[in-house]
Amino acid sequence: MMPPSAVPDWVMLLTAALVLFGASITLIGSLGLLRLRDFYSRVHAPTLGTTLGTAAILAGSIVWFSAAQTRPVIHEVLILVFMVVTTPVTLLLLVRAAFFRDR
Amino acid sequence: MSALILQWSMVVAQVFLVLAMGCATWRMLRGPRAQDRVLALDAFYVNGMLLMLTFGIRTGTTLYFDVALLIALLGFVGTAAFAKFLMRGEVIE
Repeated sequence: MMPPSAVPDWVMLLTAALVLFGASITLIGSLGLLRLRDFYSRVHAPTLGTTLGTAAILAGSIVWFSAAQTRPVIHEVLILVFMVVTTPVTLLLLVRAAFFRDR
Repeated sequence: MSALILQWSMVVAQVFLVLAMGCATWRMLRGPRAQDRVLALDAFYVNGMLLMLTFGIRTGTTLYFDVALLIALLGFVGTAAFAKFLMRGEVIE
């Protein structure tokens, strides 16, 4: 593995931008979880972090490890696929349960 | 210079993710009903997984990736079980 100091500058800046963007989006989603008024609007807020936030941080991780190990590292795609498949399923189950309880 | 920018943006990103976990914890403690608490637990899992990924980028080891994958898996199972419990009153029928 290449030492991290030998990684080119634009890779460092791209990784920094992607990770910072993903973390900001996730924080905005969690603030929405805190601020919104009722449950059915609160369900929407954290999905900002599970889709765009996760995708941005995983893209930063892919860029960083591909540059640091000088080979394509794409096993982060596994987490992305898993989150994209499971989040709608869990939230659909949860909202259905909440709707059932409210009735 | 860019190494310094990377280091500081990692620190700022971790602070943001910890604040997001704090928001989820507050909603989990306050949540007026049970479904709010379950939703907050799901958001808490996701934020913790992202925090593990930023730890992995910062230290340069791929060990944290496995932890993140495990957290994602267990978070899905946990939230699905809680939703099933809220729906039916029991997890396994």
